[in-house]
Amino acid sequence: MSFIAPETIQEQAVELLHQYIHNHQSLKAKERMQIPSQEMPNQDPHIRRHNLEEVALGYTPEEARLEAMRCLDCKKKPCMDGCPVQIDIPGFILKIADGNFQEAVDIIKQTSLLPSICGRVCPQETQCQETCTVGIGHKNVDKAVAIGRLERFVADWERNQGAMKIPEVKPETGKKVAVIGSGPAGLVVAADVRREGHHVTVFEAFHKLGGVMRYGIPEFRLPNEIVDQEIDTLKKMGVEIKTNFVVGRTRKLADLIDKDGYDAVFVGTGAGLPLFMGIEGEDLVGVFSANEYLTRANLMRAFDRKNSDTPMYPSKVVAVLGAGNVAMDAARMALRLGAEKVYVIYRRTEVEMPARKEEVLHAKEEGVDFHFLENVKRIMGNEKKRVNAIECLRYELGEPDDSGRRRPVVIPNSEFTIEVDTVIVAIGNGSNPLIHQTTPQIDTNKWGNVTVNDKQKSSMDKVFAGGDIVLGAATVILAMGEGRKAAAAINEMLEEA
Amino acid sequence: MSKILFKEQLSESVYKMKLEAPLIAEERSAGQFIILQIDEELGERIPLTIADADAVEGSITIIFQVVGATTELLAQLNEGDDIPVLVGPLGTPTHIKNYGKVVCVGGGIGVAPLHPIAQALKAAGNEVVIIMGARNKDLIIMETEMRNIADELIICTDDGSYGRKDLVTAPLKELCERSPKPDYVIAIGPPIMMKFCAETTRPYEVHTEVSLNTIMVDGTGMCGGCRVNVGKEVKFVCVHGPEFDAHLVDFDNMMARLNSYKDIEHEHTCRLHGHAH
Ligand SMILES: Cc1cc2nc3c(=O)[nH]c(=O)nc-3n(C[C@H](O)[C@H](O)[C@H](O)COP(=O)(O)OP(=O)(O)OC[C@H]3O[C@@H](n4cnc5c(N)ncnc54)[C@H](O)[C@@H]3O)c2cc1C
Ligand SMILES: Cc1cc2nc3c(=O)[nH]c(=O)nc-3n(C[C@H](O)[C@H](O)[C@H](O)COP(=O)(O)OP(=O)(O)OC[C@H]3O[C@@H](n4cnc5c(N)ncnc54)[C@H](O)[C@@H]3O)c2cc1C
Ligand code: SF4
Ligand code: SF4
Ligand code: FES
Repeated sequence: MSFIAPETIQEQAVELLHQYIHNHQSLKAKERMQIPSQEMPNQDPHIRRHNLEEVALGYTPEEARLEAMRCLDCKKKPCMDGCPVQIDIPGFILKIADGNFQEAVDIIKQTSLLPSICGRVCPQETQCQETCTVGIGHKNVDKAVAIGRLERFVADWERNQGAMKIPEVKPETGKKVAVIGSGPAGLVVAADVRREGHHVTVFEAFHKLGGVMRYGIPEFRLPNEIVDQEIDTLKKMGVEIKTNFVVGRTRKLADLIDKDGYDAVFVGTGAGLPLFMGIEGEDLVGVFSANEYLTRANLMRAFDRKNSDTPMYPSKVVAVLGAGNVAMDAARMALRLGAEKVYVIYRRTEVEMPARKEEVLHAKEEGVDFHFLENVKRIMGNEKKRVNAIECLRYELGEPDDSGRRRPVVIPNSEFTIEVDTVIVAIGNGSNPLIHQTTPQIDTNKWGNVTVNDKQKSSMDKVFAGGDIVLGAATVILAMGEGRKAAAAINEMLEEA
Repeated sequence: MSKILFKEQLSESVYKMKLEAPLIAEERSAGQFIILQIDEELGERIPLTIADADAVEGSITIIFQVVGATTELLAQLNEGDDIPVLVGPLGTPTHIKNYGKVVCVGGGIGVAPLHPIAQALKAAGNEVVIIMGARNKDLIIMETEMRNIADELIICTDDGSYGRKDLVTAPLKELCERSPKPDYVIAIGPPIMMKFCAETTRPYEVHTEVSLNTIMVDGTGMCGGCRVNVGKEVKFVCVHGPEFDAHLVDFDNMMARLNSYKDIEHEHTCRLHGHAH
């Protein structure tokens, strides 16, 4: 799929909508299947690779309504099974088709608190859209109803109306809940618990809120403004926020309960220690974890070279190791920071890439150079211990393994080198060691993840946990889902107490 | 947000500040550090050791040397000003116990982080010998404080303007040759000094700790920017350290990594001067 100008997409949508608008409620399934799927209007790749503005511009009302009309309102609602929080998908989509955007948002918000975020970052093609009847009918998941884009559209619409509703807060109960970490899991717990009238304090180690949504996912995919708005809503609900506060260090977790009188604690500290490959040369100057690279650029605003005090390594040719969302973000950020060439090196093929499809497509459009079936064997450096090349090996696909995926097998003596000055390692994260180190009472598994029961309750009295610290590196929507479950359990516990 | 309660210039480029930080003052132990930022939007996060703390007053003391943009801007702040971002205490506390005879080696500004450790070692019942080194007399800081702790205090300057004209490794070697040799050595200072202290004690098999001052961003184990090679393992200084067994640390690699941004930092400082003058 090549880039289509937003104006073209809009013109076609207006024209088509005209055809359907009068009888859209009575369209037959076959007719709906014929409505072309609406492309997302994007910034021109040649321009956007030099700026941090959001790549996807969002549907116009016409595009959204037309896309919504493609939904067949299936009786069994298979799309809902694919959504980890089971949003009433056809319910809100039908409202969009009718042009009733406010009701659409209200339906989504019954289940999901952060639709403008999930609509942007959910891996829809493996969740709600994977199981959509329309996509299956077209034998192409890309032709499924664009549920995520529609979700984003109505959430943005509400925000732009300036009519964001502040959820109602019940009368104060006098009970106190501590939320550790302000990622999606923590934010959701804060909102859901506060609604019941309990006092909530969010403790965040950084000076800014939002967790990975702030320091990891770049603005060109998720503008800070959107995260800020969600946090603003929490503040308006009366949630207390303490930044620059590392629970475990600034105060022990147990002290929050024993000395400060918190009645419950939610641990949402996210994934931690970035993993490295353990290969020769990884300690050279110019090798970064994606976390460090992105944190410098996003949280510390080092992309603003003129004004930020935090330095960014002057990269010209960059190799990114890995193929998930984190790798895509690092690669595309490197381009925006002025790299002339960016390679993504991945041992398998494009099909196996765990990144969202859209991000891979966008990265390609922007000129990221993908090297599939290759892997780095060692990183080489000059006399100043600075990276100057990587040595790679070629792979081929062998026999399928237990999961049915064909396993990459190294081709002997296939070594070759690529000159690069920077290597960004994006192969995942281990668990955050801080809580575990400072709170021996809390049980963790062998990977250091906090273990919880089906109500997100940890082994420690009054302490719940959710999100990446429980799941390992997962997704925003899964973190949110766990947050919702934990909040429900906390509310239940406080009600009984 | 933290108010500067007190400021004093200790030498040409070294300043001492007392900051309002009741929670940190209460929780901190010897060997731990804070991270601060002097501008919440665009400032850099820099780590500084907690040189002292007063839990009753709710204050901590930092001692820092002006080396680049952030420390220079910090030095321009005055009593009553606020530091917008202050987080801590970070890092694993020093393992304090009664080792017997200990030697504390502090080079230059390294004396500041060494002070609370020497203090704690003394309180734990150790016999404490302190070696302090600096390029010249003007750069010797905290002499009185250290003299109050030390059973024996040895001062060295590179140019002989005060104390012995020697590097700190010379008296350290003598102490290792004495009988009984030290049971424990801790050395804090420029990486090159720590490296040579490690080499000095290695043949005598005296356990030696160093406190590493790598580049940091978050200070909570999330970025990996502070990583060092210790033995065969990769360690993160902010959560696994800052103190490590000196005989296992790969100092050459650490020094190379500290210079990652040298050219850019230089640019930043020039820019700062461009604004200031
Ligand atoms: C670069 C990148 C891109 C991604 N892209 C996507 C995507 O496109 N789609 C998707 O669904 N998912 C994506 N993810 C994954 C997703 O962001 C995470 O799964 C999700 O953010 C986890 O949420 P969380 O609330 O568990 O933790 P986090 O978002 O990690 O937040 C944890 C917060 O806790 C704070 N904290 C940690 N320890 C302490 C402490 N001791 N005291 C106080 N605060 C503490 C941290 O500073 C942080 O702010 C991406 C991740 C990264 C890194
Ligand atoms: C755990 C820890 C504790 C520390 N405690 C103290 C302390 O108590 N007092 C104190 O004065 N300093 C301490 N440091 C060092 C201090 O963090 C740096 O001097 C500071 O970050 C420099 O910031 P800047 O913006 O002024 O200089 P920059 O412009 O960032 O750097 C100027 C020059 O200093 C070098 N440099 C950069 N970072 C460091 C570093 N972390 N250590 C040494 N050199 C560096 C660079 O090579 C550069 O050329 C500590 C560092 C760590 C990791
Ligand atoms: S939350 Fe995610 S999975 Fe659920 S409907 Fe929205 S985009 Fe799909
Ligand atoms: S599966 Fe697809 S077509 Fe069917 S209701 Fe869900 S979104 Fe609509
Ligand atoms: S400073 Fe980021 S992991 Fe240590």
